[in-house]
Amino acid sequence: MSGNYGFWLPVAASSYARDLDTDFYLLLSGMVLMFFLWLGAFVYFLLRYRSGRAHQVERSGRGGGWALGAGLSIIVFELAVIVVYSVPTWAHVRMWLPSEKDAVEVEVKAQQYAWNVRYPGPDGKFGRTDPKLVHFTNPIGLDFSDPAAKDDVVLANEIHLPLGRPAIIRLSSLDVIHSLFIPEFRLKQDAVPGMSIPLWVKPTRLGTYDMVCAQLCGFAHAFMDGKVIVESPEAFEAWLKSRAPAAPTPAANF
Amino acid sequence: MAHGEEGGAGSFWRRYVFATDHKTIGLQYFFAAVFFLFAGFLMMMLMRWQLAYPWKPIPWFGKFLPARLAPNGSMGPDLYNMLGAMHGTVMIFLGIAPLGFAAFGNYVLPLQIGARDMAFPRLNMASFWLFLMGGILMLSSFWLPGGAIQSGWTSYPPLSIINPGQTVWIIAMVLIITSSLLGAINFITTTLNERAPGMSLMRLPIFVWTQLITSIILLLAFPPVEAAAVLLLMDRVAHTSFYVPAGVVVLGEALNRSGGGSPLLWQHLFWFLGHPEVYVLLLPPLGIVAEVLANGTRKPIYGYRVIVGSLLSLCLLSFIVWAHHQFVSGLFAGLANFFLMTTLTISIPVVLVVTCYVWTLKGGSIRFTTPMLFALAFLPMFGIGGLTGLPLGTHVTDIYLHDTYFVIAHFHYVVSNGIMIALFAGIYYWYPKWFGRMMDERLGKIHFWTTIIALNGLFFPMFIQGLAGMQRRLFDPGAQVHNRLVAPLNVFISFMAAVLLLGQLPFLYNFFVSLWKGEKAPENPWEATTLDWACPSPPPHGNFEKPPRAYRGPYEYSAGDGSRDCLPQGTA
Ligand code: HEM
Ligand SMILES: [Cu+2]
Ligand SMILES: [Cu+2]
Repeated sequence: MSGNYGFWLPVAASSYARDLDTDFYLLLSGMVLMFFLWLGAFVYFLLRYRSGRAHQVERSGRGGGWALGAGLSIIVFELAVIVVYSVPTWAHVRMWLPSEKDAVEVEVKAQQYAWNVRYPGPDGKFGRTDPKLVHFTNPIGLDFSDPAAKDDVVLANEIHLPLGRPAIIRLSSLDVIHSLFIPEFRLKQDAVPGMSIPLWVKPTRLGTYDMVCAQLCGFAHAFMDGKVIVESPEAFEAWLKSRAPAAPTPAANF
Repeated sequence: MAHGEEGGAGSFWRRYVFATDHKTIGLQYFFAAVFFLFAGFLMMMLMRWQLAYPWKPIPWFGKFLPARLAPNGSMGPDLYNMLGAMHGTVMIFLGIAPLGFAAFGNYVLPLQIGARDMAFPRLNMASFWLFLMGGILMLSSFWLPGGAIQSGWTSYPPLSIINPGQTVWIIAMVLIITSSLLGAINFITTTLNERAPGMSLMRLPIFVWTQLITSIILLLAFPPVEAAAVLLLMDRVAHTSFYVPAGVVVLGEALNRSGGGSPLLWQHLFWFLGHPEVYVLLLPPLGIVAEVLANGTRKPIYGYRVIVGSLLSLCLLSFIVWAHHQFVSGLFAGLANFFLMTTLTISIPVVLVVTCYVWTLKGGSIRFTTPMLFALAFLPMFGIGGLTGLPLGTHVTDIYLHDTYFVIAHFHYVVSNGIMIALFAGIYYWYPKWFGRMMDERLGKIHFWTTIIALNGLFFPMFIQGLAGMQRRLFDPGAQVHNRLVAPLNVFISFMAAVLLLGQLPFLYNFFVSLWKGEKAPENPWEATTLDWACPSPPPHGNFEKPPRAYRGPYEYSAGDGSRDCLPQGTA
């Protein structure tokens, strides 16, 4: 998996990763163009108007017309990128969710210093949780008196996702603010205690990817990392079955 | 106000310590701020060691660190987080802002408007002493039980509620904020009421405009965060729940709070200050650059009215962009579109100002003095910093870039490579006025070139690290697979930081030796036009020998047919 990374943006592994990159490249080209136009003028003026070269100081141009022109062109450029590209992309990535029928549902609950990952199990329902039940054997406080909780699959620092199928990730935190960051998916979202934030992603590339924390959350923040494993839908189903009810979580009879 | 008598003659204490003369207070702020800047820099040097050589003992200095924080002299993560949070706090609130605003503003603003002193000299003194107390308290937190803060300069709760060290930070911040508010009131009143006859608003030097607008921003942006900080204090000491939701469980223990609060509330209140604060940092240096550019090109500033209009609109717009720091915080996604639009709107006045500055060079007769070199270098550096704000201000691209080293590179290009460089321009420019001596030009140029090369070597690679996805605030970035390739760049970056540190030695030497050995400075060594150069160097108490008067605009260089090199504002 270290081949996924370089001295630039990493490999793109989700359906919208390329859209985000394209937006970046659009902005980058505008930035570079603007910068070199400025720099060209700047360097030219410095060489041309050194003191000592015989010329009369030109006092003209107090009006600021050039500046207004530059301001106008940058706003036209920005508006074009935004209206044509950024706002629609944002709507697609952040203001829309795939239907729950087609999607894999995963819950990610961050804590100092781990990602607790939960799948609803065969019944398709997440069981109740209660902060009062949190214990190191039951990190998210599953309430086993709820029948829907019995078949939930809970694991730490590992998300398995099937290739090509949208996934809905419900993100929250037990303690402080963390931030779920999966570079290859171009996915980042703060995990905030008291909020459950739905996200979606559709993996488009098989492989194992880094899943790290991007928000300072305490002394071991740099070591709060995990893996995202994208596998074929068959392999994913097989893995989910192998983890499901047959192996009740240790806290089940607690 | 009877500023004639006060603080002029009198005992040593009255003159140099509890002084009320704006010039003495300006210098007090200056030396305090430079001290804090070096303190913040040294904190960063320790972190740079850890980033370049994780887990390795810090040479020499390591043995002075307590074993609890640095076992065997190698940095532990708690110490790293303390240094990081304090570096940010010290640089922003105790270094750059007081240097640009309080130090330069206090010294230069009354001179440029032809005033004898600030409108409220004793308020001015109170402002400095509150600031110094706050600063000393802030730094001393390293030695207090619980140590310094560990939650970043942004102090997001709930982390800032459960971490030790935060209480002292809050109290120190309240002192510093109160000090800024007193200063802001003083600057506004002075600018509006104490101008010399003939000094109409449209004849004010750009520097005075920037100070006035900075004061307005401070006055409006700081109170909300001061209140927010007090609420945070209550959450810590009185177990209230302004920022704590129900059901928080920390390492298996339920947090002893009733809940019902919101962690996002703090972020809104903090960034409502936080974004305007970046303009507090930026505007005074923009003013310095305008003064030096007009002087060094021997030309009026291009587009004075456009610049003043842009600065006023920056002031307004800076209050409605704050949530671009929160695109991925859990903010309602529809709101992000609004903050995207306002953020892009604010780039227009920024572009206008920078373009006016570049076009000021056109047709000039440019003198490459040391202050001019620093002022010129500000332009491309700030250009890079400002332009890289675009993908951060665009919500779609910020998803990936947020909280990576790209953000660090962006704001250091602005603050460190841009603002700090402009402040150096100001120091070299006004030194003769402050101390009555000239600084050495050759050492100044050595300082300039080493600093500018080191700064770029230091911060440019961080764009690359950020693009590769390296997050900020990591004790050991290479511990994560996706950072393995770019983390080793830290060795080079830290080397450049050391070069930067060494590059400041010629400056310090030049600064202190010139105090005694420098060539004696005349009243107006740079052949400048503004009123600050129409009084002795250094100005006596009361500043002007006879009451000044403004006869024309601030930048009448090459006046008339261009044959007269400069026509000072105060000469009839
Ligand atoms: C005017 C001088 C500027 C200064 C002093 C400055 C300073 C800063 C600082 C200190 C931060 C980091 C805050 C943190 O700790 O998280 C930051 C982030 C940011 N800046 Fe600037 N900046 C400036 C100009 C700009 C401009 C012109 C833009 C937009 C066009 C911009 C857009 C942003 C954005 C969107 C972020 C948040 C990035 C993120 O956290 O993902 N900045 N800036
Ligand atoms: Cu973290
Ligand atoms: Cu901002």
